[in-house]
Amino acid sequence: MSGIPHDHYEPKTGGEKWLHSRLPIVGLLYDTIMIPTPKNLNWWWIWGIVLAFCLVLQIVTGIILAMHYTPHVDLAFASVEHIMRDVNGGYMLRYLHANGASLFFVAVYIHIFRGLFYGSYKAPREITWIVGMLIFLMMMGAGFMGYVLPWGQMSFWGATVITGLFGAIPFIGEALQTWLLGGPAVGNATLNRFFSLHYLLPFIIAALVIVHIWAFHTTGNNNPTGVDVRKGSKEEAKKDTLPFWPYFVIKDFLGLAMVLVVFWAIVGFLPNMLGEPDNYIEANPLVTPAHIVPEWYFLPFYAILRAFTAEVWVVQFTSFITGGIIDAKFFGVMAMFGAIAVMALAPWLDTSRVRSGVYRPMFKWWFALLVIDFFVLTWLGAKPAEEPYASFALIASAYWFGYFLVILPLLGVIEKPAAMPETIEDDFNAHYGKSDAGSTDAKAAE
Amino acid sequence: MLKKLVIGAALALTPVAALASGAETHLETFDFSFKGAFGTYDQNQLQRGLQIYTESCAGCHGLKFVPLRTLADEGGPNLPADQVRAYAAENFSVYDAELDEDVPAKPVDHFPANTGAGAPDLSLMAKARKGGPDYIASLMIGYEEAPACAPEDFAGYYNTAFAAGGIPDECKDDHGASTVPGSWISMPPPLEDEQVEFADGHANDVHHMSQDIAAYLMWTAEPKMMDRKQVGFIGVLMLTILSVLLYLTNKRIWAPIKGRKNS
Repeated sequence: MSGIPHDHYEPKTGGEKWLHSRLPIVGLLYDTIMIPTPKNLNWWWIWGIVLAFCLVLQIVTGIILAMHYTPHVDLAFASVEHIMRDVNGGYMLRYLHANGASLFFVAVYIHIFRGLFYGSYKAPREITWIVGMLIFLMMMGAGFMGYVLPWGQMSFWGATVITGLFGAIPFIGEALQTWLLGGPAVGNATLNRFFSLHYLLPFIIAALVIVHIWAFHTTGNNNPTGVDVRKGSKEEAKKDTLPFWPYFVIKDFLGLAMVLVVFWAIVGFLPNMLGEPDNYIEANPLVTPAHIVPEWYFLPFYAILRAFTAEVWVVQFTSFITGGIIDAKFFGVMAMFGAIAVMALAPWLDTSRVRSGVYRPMFKWWFALLVIDFFVLTWLGAKPAEEPYASFALIASAYWFGYFLVILPLLGVIEKPAAMPETIEDDFNAHYGKSDAGSTDAKAAE
Repeated sequence: MLKKLVIGAALALTPVAALASGAETHLETFDFSFKGAFGTYDQNQLQRGLQIYTESCAGCHGLKFVPLRTLADEGGPNLPADQVRAYAAENFSVYDAELDEDVPAKPVDHFPANTGAGAPDLSLMAKARKGGPDYIASLMIGYEEAPACAPEDFAGYYNTAFAAGGIPDECKDDHGASTVPGSWISMPPPLEDEQVEFADGHANDVHHMSQDIAAYLMWTAEPKMMDRKQVGFIGVLMLTILSVLLYLTNKRIWAPIKGRKNS
């Protein structure tokens, strides 16, 4: 499967040969688990495993929760309390699932920013990147619909606000919104379809994850130097790589276990820390909460959505030249989805031929600013839409777009990259002395 | 019905309205036994809280999500089973559809819902407000003489911890911002000194009872807290051990590859 030359599975016994000639499944698993992996991967590379764990955790806890949950507007809230009080271990299942969503997004954001810094999106890994962005979008959909299911006040009003965004689309918006909701407003039909889709999406995500892994197993992993693995021969490749098992499996599991210590402490001791108190009030269509806030992981994009108000000249200009078809609300919706779209287009917007940010002296600073920008947007998303937050949100949103649409294309032209190591082996040896271990090295790598 | 909704709305909006309107409220923090990673419920306090709920709150407020049998839970008030049976039968009745009449409640039943006076259900109150039990206790002791700016006949009771109620125009500045802490709540002061007699003679002033009822409502909102913290503790311990073992394994398998470290 991999483009990096390595030893493939050889069926030895008669039984293995019999199976292999009919269905090479053992070979597929062997090649996947023994894939040559750049030996200089650092700790930012553990989050893929954390994400895989999250997907399994969410599916397993979710399936059990679904056995006890009732997707009906009159019964949903009570059925969640039934899970919390009557179902054996139900309170743990629910808190693991709710906080598991947060861990999922923590991991995906770190994973994405790791890719952005080390240029993992660049050729030849564009497909991996695009599939990853699709997974991210699906996660957002699943997270949003999952938050609606407990049918608390924030569930109901969050659903009303977010589905209202589709109503902002010119001409077809209103019809589309009604079609999505299954009625004129958020109601039982909405809750039912959200439950159905919330159950479906994780399996689509799982399928996309397989494609994601398939894609980067074909190109090989990126690595902190961005330098390609030498592919001339098996011997050459072996100097740059180590098999995934056991070296990276154990390392990734160590990272995962340490992350889980923190995760478990939050679930055990502060399970409602990331939630809104309002969601423990049963949904009431007649009472609007004063301050509707989405879950924390949507806040950066929520801030971008709200930043483009009718007072902003770009919005006014757009509204003018489109004859009012694109109003402030629709502009905000486009900005929100656009913020993810420009990220997805990074492989073609970044003109630099150097992959890794380590060797890009100017890029480093702009990237650091992007990380800060992301935190600022998260903070602003939770603030009321008033001054001075509105102005900050506009500046922070502008930087997000500026980074992808202006800075990435320009830097590639004007930046002078720093010296890079010739090979991954050189980079690795610069950090770790081979000393007398030369011969054992070669053995261990086999 | 409309009045019910309006009151419900006012109560439901408590935590957020405080932020939105910028109304200042006076919230105290209390030294509850269940705070912190190792905090546990004080059984005696939960039992006192149950008594306060029964004698004072239950007239208007329901606890519809709480099964009566859980009063016997070890991680809760831990009442003996016969006491739970007696308590259920003495205090509550439920409608039996087969007999078409109200019959005394049994441990399998829930505390009844009670929406007669438009009072919100209290099952989850300690998780549905910012500050949780601190907020509930602060609300109980937050009743004060109405400030001088308020007209005599202004509806409700002045409470320094309540943010979502009405505020008379006389108590607002030129910009419409309130000049007094808290607002006017429709619930009359629910507790008064020596209102409830505890069998063990425990202090029964409003300050003590406020904490007892807040602790009890924390339990109704989070009945599995003690179990959860135990699972949390064991899980953190096991995962820490696993991390150490994986650290040693990782170090060992990478040692021949890395040799000694240069930087």
